[in-house]
Amino acid sequence: MASSHGTPPVFNNKVIAWIDHRLPIFSYIEKEYHTFPTPRNFNYFWNFGAIATVMLVLMIATGVVLATNYTPHVLMAFDSVERIDRDVPQGWLIRDMHMNGASFFFIAVYVHIFRGMYYGSYKAPRELLWILGVVIFLLMMATAFMGYVLPWGQMSFWGATVITSLFSAIPVVGDSITTWLWGGFSIGNPTLNRFYALHYLLPFVIVAVVALHVVALHVHGSNNPTGIDPKGPQDTVPFHPYYTMKDGFGVVVFLIVYSAVVFFAPDYLGDAANYIPADPLVTPTHIVPEWYFLPFYAILRAVPDKLGGVIAMFGAIAVLFILPWLDTSRVRSSTYRPIYKWFMLILVADVVVLGLCGANPPAGFWIPLSQVATLYYFFHFLILLPILGKIERPLPMPPSIADAVLKKKAG
Amino acid sequence: MATASVPAGGHGDPTRRDFLMVATGALGAVGAAAVAWPFINNLNPAADTLALASIEVNVQPIEVGQAITVKWRGKPVFIRHRTAQDIKEAVAVPMSELPDPQTDNSRVTDTAKKVRPEWLIMIGVCTHLGCVPLGNKPGQDKGPYGGWYCPCHGSAYDTSGRIRKGPAPLNLVIPEYLFTTDTLVRIG
Repeated sequence: MASSHGTPPVFNNKVIAWIDHRLPIFSYIEKEYHTFPTPRNFNYFWNFGAIATVMLVLMIATGVVLATNYTPHVLMAFDSVERIDRDVPQGWLIRDMHMNGASFFFIAVYVHIFRGMYYGSYKAPRELLWILGVVIFLLMMATAFMGYVLPWGQMSFWGATVITSLFSAIPVVGDSITTWLWGGFSIGNPTLNRFYALHYLLPFVIVAVVALHVVALHVHGSNNPTGIDPKGPQDTVPFHPYYTMKDGFGVVVFLIVYSAVVFFAPDYLGDAANYIPADPLVTPTHIVPEWYFLPFYAILRAVPDKLGGVIAMFGAIAVLFILPWLDTSRVRSSTYRPIYKWFMLILVADVVVLGLCGANPPAGFWIPLSQVATLYYFFHFLILLPILGKIERPLPMPPSIADAVLKKKAG
Repeated sequence: MATASVPAGGHGDPTRRDFLMVATGALGAVGAAAVAWPFINNLNPAADTLALASIEVNVQPIEVGQAITVKWRGKPVFIRHRTAQDIKEAVAVPMSELPDPQTDNSRVTDTAKKVRPEWLIMIGVCTHLGCVPLGNKPGQDKGPYGGWYCPCHGSAYDTSGRIRKGPAPLNLVIPEYLFTTDTLVRIG
């Protein structure tokens, strides 16, 4: 596909030509990021893959610098983080970038996931691309969870206790598994140590899976807002300079919002209780995870049974793996799916409601509300999607991307 | 036998080479599993963590109706000096009302099989997701059954520490303990 555009690159610089003949990195960059034929009709939703990549790099860069001043020991971790905030030159900045970077990484990834779902990017032949994306999402959740434990505040400790205790719901071996995860009889120094080691390791695993994600993406190229495959050169533009510029613009706008939070409201997205040192004998009255876990936390609490709640929570992510086969419609883009389009937006509202349920104490009307929202979440994936694809009548589709774009311009 | 040539080997006819391949592969798999084990077991509690396994507590200063919290294996342990009323309530509950049926007596028996209904000794960790229930300190919410109440997900325990309502599946856990004298108890 890529080679249909232009000829193999010729490098005038002798050094580059010499290297490329032995290790074709320059040919690769030329082919995959310069001449790479990309649908001409991307909207701004297509920025968020690049934005997420920038956030990943930013998290690793700030994380490595933080690691040089952090001490993974139960007696020193909290103080070492406070020292980074107060005494280390620009430590406050690096820490606030890292802390809020996690939130903004999740914002970018959630928009990216929404884009994939709304425009049907997970459909054939991009199923593995989608599954690799879900793997990245899971790795991100594990990494973010372990990172949140490191400052060793009250929420770090009790969040870790609640989440690791999920595994004790497994019949027979549950308790042995939690003891194994903790390296002791409760969350303690061995736990903090191993979480630190894994928190440093997993981002590089994410980088590797992102690389696979990009390789899979470049086999069939990007989806686009019409969901129609490009049929020739009239439907595509070279990736550079068109989308390097558009992605660059999107990244800058995103980073402006991110910087505003980092500089003016660095603790807005966090929990004040995490500035109290961890106390194994006192549970905070209201334990909440970070905002990006709230919908899943709400699903966990919606089920009035320990094992059932844990299964529902993991199931909420597991359904994403089989999404390409649950959706029976052959039309990719919601633009041409008049009914699915609305259900997709209802799903977004449902997830927001779940998030609100997760943020509030499990009492009063929040309990039935979270149960209804949980049921709807699974209804959408397991019942609605398979049926809707069979009964929905798609709108007429334009013959090509170029037709769609030019008609829109004319009309 | 030594001069036997390689069997003609029709389809599905295993040769000596096939056998060696399978045997080598199987041995390799066993070896890989054997090497994996130290890596997995390495994450289990270390000897020094296991060594912190028991503590001794003097319960003499605890007045009737009072409770204290001590730390054992990194977890809170509740020691409650129960009132006659507490004990009466706990004993009166029919087994059919309990999600995790246990008699009150079986929860106040030490490892020497001696029953001391006035002393309730439990691990103060909610069996749902590991929070510390309220109710051990004066003024805290003891929940609808007069025992303990977990604020995290709303589990309520009675005066015997048995689960009565909420998502927790089991009663608060009774650790192994032994009254070495009438006022000295060894936990663990």
